Amino acid sequence: MIVAERKPLSEIRGFVEDYHRLLIVGCGTCATVCLAGGEAEVKVVASGLRISFLRDGKEVEILESCVTRQCEPEFVEPLKEKVLDEAVEAVVSLGCGVGVNFLAQTLETVPVFPGVNTKFFGAAVEPGVWVEMCAGCGNCILHLTGGICPIARCSKSILNGPCGGSRDGKCEIDPEIECGWALIVERMKRLGTLDKLEEILPPRDWSTSRHGGPRKVTHQEVAAVGPQQGEGEP
Amino acid sequence: MTTRSNLQEVLAAGHFAVTVEVGPPMDCDASVVSEKAEMLKGVADAYNVTDNQTAVVRLSSIAGCLLIMRQGLEPVMQMTCRDRNRLAIQSDILGACALGIRNCLCIAGDHQSFGAAGRLKGHPGAKNVYDVDSIQLVSILRGMRDEGVQQGGDPIETRPPLFIGAAWTPLGDPVEIRPLRLKKKVRAGADFIQTQGVYDVRRFAEQMETVRNMGLHERTAVLAGIIVPRNLAMLKYMDKSVAGVSVPSDLMKRMEAAKEAAGKDKKLARRNQAEEGVNIAVELIEQVREVPGVRGVHIQAIEWEKRLPEIVKRAGLLPRPNVNGKEAGDGTEGQNHGG
Repeated sequence: MIVAERKPLSEIRGFVEDYHRLLIVGCGTCATVCLAGGEAEVKVVASGLRISFLRDGKEVEILESCVTRQCEPEFVEPLKEKVLDEAVEAVVSLGCGVGVNFLAQTLETVPVFPGVNTKFFGAAVEPGVWVEMCAGCGNCILHLTGGICPIARCSKSILNGPCGGSRDGKCEIDPEIECGWALIVERMKRLGTLDKLEEILPPRDWSTSRHGGPRKVTHQEVAAVGPQQGEGEP
Repeated sequence: MTTRSNLQEVLAAGHFAVTVEVGPPMDCDASVVSEKAEMLKGVADAYNVTDNQTAVVRLSSIAGCLLIMRQGLEPVMQMTCRDRNRLAIQSDILGACALGIRNCLCIAGDHQSFGAAGRLKGHPGAKNVYDVDSIQLVSILRGMRDEGVQQGGDPIETRPPLFIGAAWTPLGDPVEIRPLRLKKKVRAGADFIQTQGVYDVRRFAEQMETVRNMGLHERTAVLAGIIVPRNLAMLKYMDKSVAGVSVPSDLMKRMEAAKEAAGKDKKLARRNQAEEGVNIAVELIEQVREVPGVRGVHIQAIEWEKRLPEIVKRAGLLPRPNVNGKEAGDGTEGQNHGG
């Protein structure tokens, strides 16, 4: 899932200083699970802002809402109606960056501010601890590395690791960070496939990643009939 | 584009090679490099010029190489994957070869967070590149030299006649993977290897035995790394904080004794430790020289280069062999690059 972390209240307040009617919107999916921007956090942020404004003698109306997913029209469209009906001046989204983008695109003239910092694609390895596990690079090579991603989990994203900086299973940049390549070696040893690491992985084609420009996925069977994406198109 | 590198010739002739490291300054004062070069003339077969070592901005490796070449020294240009993508790497390689640089050491490079690890601020907020890793970098250089192609497939008319090097951390974790990783570097095209600093000669020799059993010592020239210890604090730091470096307790005790022998005289303690550090370096050189498969040493005296001539001399490695006049014609054909 997408893992996010709430921004400090003072930073959020800085965004909305000039508005008098705000809507704080949570997201019921990833942001809820990682305790950054679900219904509970909407309440926390809204109350915090109310107290903060009250202390300074500012009158600000703060509305609260939480939608199932901020990244799909069917959940965001009703929100648009609410914003217009209730004359909301600005929105703080506690969804991930996708949610902020999507709301901003949908709400046209109403400003949308980020209430969380979107961190990575990861998993909860223990209660309250999430670890990055995928970099979304667009061309999965996990079949070559025992199911553990060197791009996401090695500090240098090297494909023929480990580098010389692996120490007791940790990365040299921080003793709190596991060496992704130590994990790969350990895993492949258990699978009995360590010899596969003898293969030199060639330089990668990063054009499938963000380096190839903003990406788009079209599911032909579902997408509305429209201009076909030719391979030669930019 | 002719002539093979001096380092390549020295190794090909079967001599025990010596390379040392020259760290460029954090400003554009060419005289710092020139003075180091003057001081180190005749001490080594080739001189590594570091590339933003420990992720600290310094005068560029390529420029540093040129500066020491003007003094008559042969450089080993270090090239990290941290700061350049494959376009910049290849363009710098072509430029370096056009300037007469013949040796290149391919390394991943310390993570940018290292620049702020010591007393400096560094640039820990920098974006790193790592478009390719060090093994891929070796293979790219070999492709440019032997196949006459850029990584992307475009042809290179005048091929860069490089002697290609790679680094190796023989005792890095997970230690069982290290010989295999060396094998990958050799298969990718590493003509020579400069290892991480060795203090634990016994364990290093064990790894070298594995390497010999794999036949890698015949396909590449392994130069064992020697880091000259300056004092007890440095030894402790390396043992604790530098991945792949472990300092045996007897060396630690020797340095401790040198320090304590000075009592409360701090100046004397410094001097004692420096002398013991030089002694240790000389002994380490002698010991790794005895390890079968080791074809030379790569000596680093970080910001302490002035002690290098004495160390190399005491290790019995002076004068350096003169292999000049043995030019091997067109070095671009890719034959016998392994020396």
